[in-house]
Amino acid sequence: MMSYIYLVPIHLRAADWMERLQSGIERAFGVRTKRGDRPIDLAIAYDPVRKQYSSSAILLQLIDSVPDDMMKILGITDVDLFVPVLSYVFGEAQLDGIGAVVSVHRLKNSFYGLSEDNERMVERLVKEAVHELGHTFGLFHCNRVGCALNASTYVEDIDQKSELLCVECRKAIGLGW
Amino acid sequence: MKPADIGILIVDDEASVRDSLYKWFRMDGYRVDTAEEARVALQKLQDDSWDIVLLDIKMPGMDGLELQRRIKEIDKEIVTIVMTAFATVDTSVQAMKEGAFDYIVKPIDPDEISHLIRNAVQQRRLITENRNLRLQLEEIACSDEIIGESDAIRQVMAKVATVAQTDSTVMIRGESGTGKELVAMAIHSNSNRKYFPMITINCGAYTEGLLESELFGHEKGAFTGAMYRRRGKLEMADKGTLFLDEIGNIGRKMQMDLLRVIETRQFTRLGGDKQIHVDFRIISATNRDLEQAVKEGSFREDLYYRLNVFSITIPPLRERRSDIPLIARFFLNRFARSMNKPVTDISPETLDVLMRYHWPGNIRELRNVMERAMVGARGTCIEVGDLSFPFHPTPEPVEDLSLDAIERNHIQNILNRTNWNISQAAAILKISRLTLYNKIDKYQLKKG
Repeated sequence: MMSYIYLVPIHLRAADWMERLQSGIERAFGVRTKRGDRPIDLAIAYDPVRKQYSSSAILLQLIDSVPDDMMKILGITDVDLFVPVLSYVFGEAQLDGIGAVVSVHRLKNSFYGLSEDNERMVERLVKEAVHELGHTFGLFHCNRVGCALNASTYVEDIDQKSELLCVECRKAIGLGW
Repeated sequence: MKPADIGILIVDDEASVRDSLYKWFRMDGYRVDTAEEARVALQKLQDDSWDIVLLDIKMPGMDGLELQRRIKEIDKEIVTIVMTAFATVDTSVQAMKEGAFDYIVKPIDPDEISHLIRNAVQQRRLITENRNLRLQLEEIACSDEIIGESDAIRQVMAKVATVAQTDSTVMIRGESGTGKELVAMAIHSNSNRKYFPMITINCGAYTEGLLESELFGHEKGAFTGAMYRRRGKLEMADKGTLFLDEIGNIGRKMQMDLLRVIETRQFTRLGGDKQIHVDFRIISATNRDLEQAVKEGSFREDLYYRLNVFSITIPPLRERRSDIPLIARFFLNRFARSMNKPVTDISPETLDVLMRYHWPGNIRELRNVMERAMVGARGTCIEVGDLSFPFHPTPEPVEDLSLDAIERNHIQNILNRTNWNISQAAAILKISRLTLYNKIDKYQLKKG
């Protein structure tokens, strides 16, 4: 049976960028993608003190039940994500696991007081999606400039890298060039 | 250092903090573990080696500051970073005063924590590098060069050059004072391991119990007086060279322990149960007849074969007498510099005495003789009178020569040594210049 990477928009209308995200992920990993649905309850993940959403709590719901044809699952949200010790995260993934979640919240120019640039936001989303999914394939952060697995803690870092994995990272997960 | 070589221990009573930091650092490829309280953390510090410890200040039971003190007792080189949800100047100052590398207030920006850990890794790398460099400096400060142009020493150096490029285990044989450690150092310095330390241990200088502790190290409390964890020489030699001097002097138990380390490249510290992996080259040295010791059963045959993969024998000084003037001058120059004395030469008579002595203590003895001579030297040249050592020239085995033949050979030798300086040669022979000219005529001696 063919396996897919499931892409799950979380309370998000995604039609305008979904196709672009799918092709970006398929190009990076050579695995077919499929749009999926999950009943994610964001209220469970909400922290009223921080006014942010726990990425770990969302991830737990995403991987709660797994269809037979699912290789990986990526949730896409627009809420501001955090993990307890950090002030924010762009996303979270299970290292060598099946699930990951990314948020477009801090990928939008408007978050930084700049004029909106939808194309730029989608580019960033594809890069972050490939980055987090790379972790689910067991990849650590990569030191090579330009590799999608290069660590990014600021949005400017995301703009510096590509949507693809470097040769070494591709080799590490058994992908040919 | 690759991220996988760096161990980070996270100590926090909040599971969510532990988990999120664990995941964050794992993504960077670091080796990570967590502890929910100080007691567990201390156990993990005993069981494994950690480079960086992130610890929460406020924890039930032992707090972070006290835990930091205990960590520094176990291993003062561990880099500690304290975390708190409430920043107070007092606790941060206190933590830093007690050796914390840095102090963070939760929650922290992802960039800040990544930057902090990179700096902590760099700090840890510098500590390790500094320790290794200090060890290398000590080696360099104590080291001499291998001096000599005789065929015997050239052969030794050729063997050194051959074996240095390999990772073979080497056994160096030779009498006491022949420079076995120098040869070991020459092998190490020309090998691919040269940027890591060569750790020397004189196996003959310790009792068996002490040698065990020196080699394997010990955990805190392993025995009375073991106040802190201590790395052993085996650990210190990781990636470098372990030089076991006087290997013939170790007892049966140590022979067995050593054999196990050589075979498995792993060991445990005394009082510990964690297997520590090491990667080093072994060079051993002995002045004992190990083959005989094996026959007598006092040295394990399997260990002997493990150690004696490539053998280098250093000839005693008396078998390479032609190197004596060169070595004596080397020490002369060295001591002249260190003692700031204007001594620049060694008189032919002195060289003659040095050449005729049988040097049971080999180069070490020659070095000591030259050092003492330099202390007593009054002029710019070392004279026989400056040699204060109580030795007598070796009676050389002689062939059945006539008295005339012996005299002829002796005069020829002295003339050669003084480069045919008639006055100097006459002074050494204690005859007049005229008598010397007559002898030259009589024996038809020629220069060159």
